[in-house]
Amino acid sequence: MTQNARTIKVDFLARVEGEGALTIRYKGNEPKSVELVIFEPPRFFEGFLRGRSQLEVPDITARICGICPVAYQMSSCHAIEDAAGARITPEIRALRRLLYCGEWIESHVLHMFMLHAPDFLGYPDAITMAKDHGDLVKASLRIKKAGNAIVNLLGGREIHPINVCVGGFYRAPTVSELRTLLPELMGSKTALAELMPTLAGLPFPDFERPVELVSLKHPDEYPFNEGRLVSNRGLDISVHEYERHFEEQHVAHSTALHSVHLGHGPYVVGPLARFNLCFDQLRPFAKRAAEAANLVPPLLNPFKTLLVRGVETLHALDEAIAIIEAYRQPASPRVEVPVRAAVGMAATEAPRGTLYHRYQVDAQGLIEDAKITPPTSQNQKSIEDDLFAIAKRLPEMPHDAATKLAEQTVRNYDPCISCSTHFLRVRLEHE
Amino acid sequence: MKAKKPKLAVFKLASCDGCQLSLLDCEDELLAVAGAVEIAYFLEATSRIVKGPYDLTLVEGSITTEHDAERLRLIRKQSKKLITIGACATAGGIQALRNFADVAEYARVVYARPDTLKTLATSTPVAAHVAVDYELRGCPVDKRQLLEVLNAFLNGRPPRIGSHSVCLDCKRKGTVCVMVAHGTPCLGPVTHSGCGALCPSYTRGCFGCFGPSASAHPAALRPALTQLGKTEAEVARLYATFNAAAPAFAAEHQSLAKRKEPTT
Repeated sequence: MTQNARTIKVDFLARVEGEGALTIRYKGNEPKSVELVIFEPPRFFEGFLRGRSQLEVPDITARICGICPVAYQMSSCHAIEDAAGARITPEIRALRRLLYCGEWIESHVLHMFMLHAPDFLGYPDAITMAKDHGDLVKASLRIKKAGNAIVNLLGGREIHPINVCVGGFYRAPTVSELRTLLPELMGSKTALAELMPTLAGLPFPDFERPVELVSLKHPDEYPFNEGRLVSNRGLDISVHEYERHFEEQHVAHSTALHSVHLGHGPYVVGPLARFNLCFDQLRPFAKRAAEAANLVPPLLNPFKTLLVRGVETLHALDEAIAIIEAYRQPASPRVEVPVRAAVGMAATEAPRGTLYHRYQVDAQGLIEDAKITPPTSQNQKSIEDDLFAIAKRLPEMPHDAATKLAEQTVRNYDPCISCSTHFLRVRLEHE
Repeated sequence: MKAKKPKLAVFKLASCDGCQLSLLDCEDELLAVAGAVEIAYFLEATSRIVKGPYDLTLVEGSITTEHDAERLRLIRKQSKKLITIGACATAGGIQALRNFADVAEYARVVYARPDTLKTLATSTPVAAHVAVDYELRGCPVDKRQLLEVLNAFLNGRPPRIGSHSVCLDCKRKGTVCVMVAHGTPCLGPVTHSGCGALCPSYTRGCFGCFGPSASAHPAALRPALTQLGKTEAEVARLYATFNAAAPAFAAEHQSLAKRKEPTT
């Protein structure tokens, strides 16, 4: 930072989904406060859901986010099935996991290579990066496409899939349709495994901050659609107890709601949390790749989430292949979902972390009340805490490098500000 | 001398990011597109920002704040050609459900301190505020159509995109009619083409993502939908989604909202 600079300004934080602003205030060289300001216009989805049929919910909630619509559809379906007391078949469960694999692959690869890697390699974007690292960018596009192909086939299209319904799917794919996905999934798995050593060699800032990590955990599988909510600080609850332990708070500087773990404070959801809490449930292929890259729990450097996304993508590719190879077309693509007055809740693991939904349904099957807690609002306070910690280093650094590091710190979380947001502006103010 | 590449800008208003993501989802064409244009402003993809004026501007999202309305006027001034992408930018999107309700009530449902929010009572399309050169439909847009529009504008020709109904696309694809064969209510007869008649090919009725087709007459479809078991309230809700404020759809759900729930 130059001697006479009182304020560092980065007008636009790019390569995040949505727009907001960030202000770091200093007194001398000491950071005084950090505010991640989210001012995407408020979007009122919980309000829109009132009075809609329970069957319409997954199509409406998908529109909260174009990046992770599958996550919204999955949490919606499971929560409504919970209210109705419906149980899906193992075949539908496997297809849902497959669909989630597709979304994890395309969303993680988008973030790793197009949004995050340019920070580490010093480019404004993946397209410019392609001039010097063409093979890397082309390989990433191939892997991303393989993930999108799953969502496209099983969901009907990549963004806002049409084939998902409460109870299952409108149409289950045939065995031969699904098998057409195998060659590219296998090729992508090999291609990504080969890229992991390159990624592990990126210059990761030396940074760790002790945090509470929260994710779903299932005894036999890496978590997608079900499990208990656990943390590295002793939390172990059913999803039904979520609202007794976590509370969203409306802060004036943001149209997103901040979430806190009551009696504990801010926490982190997403790849870092899942990796640390569910390492043993990773598929052996992904676990070996992690160990080869020196990634083992406890891993608390948020910059290394890029590598964790790589491990999770390998897991998703490997699991997708296994599901397709074992697939038999179910007799019925969906189960009947009865109508009854009840409250249902569910959490699933979106690429960015735990996504909690609760619906209160009346005797006609209409929604009376809805509550949706996206991963980014749960991570928002921790992003600010990371920034506060990193802000102490910034005054020692050249202007450009300081602002870039602040932006990169936000990007570690792949914040999906669209789940509630707009412009992200970074401003460092000095008193 | 090498000709200067046209400058492409992508802006976002109130939206889910899905339509601009469609561009990044063109995995096979992305590097070719990036080679044909200079990506001058596209915050979701690049931190590099090139000043306007822009030759071609894509706008995603609807106007729901005074701030965005002002921003849009500035964007228009900087843009030679402006194309809206998707249902939000073209019809106000799902956010336009507020146009038919009390926005203060919505704010109380979602936020503990609604007094701190700055939002308009309506969600309006881009064309309600500035001149638009082309409107691409869909929630989300179809990426083949997005590429076609880019291609057309970069080559100074009109886009080859039809405004007929989804019904015609089902016939072309050879998809069996879900209404006739399965008794599944479907908005295909009144919905704008563009998705490739996706839902009927998954044995699902169309639910109107692309808004009304050029000659849509939803009132004429109403008896067919109710004969297949939809109540009038359900029919109204079918139109009150992602294109709720598109005139033909708005007229139908508002006309139904004025009637009493039938007792049959």
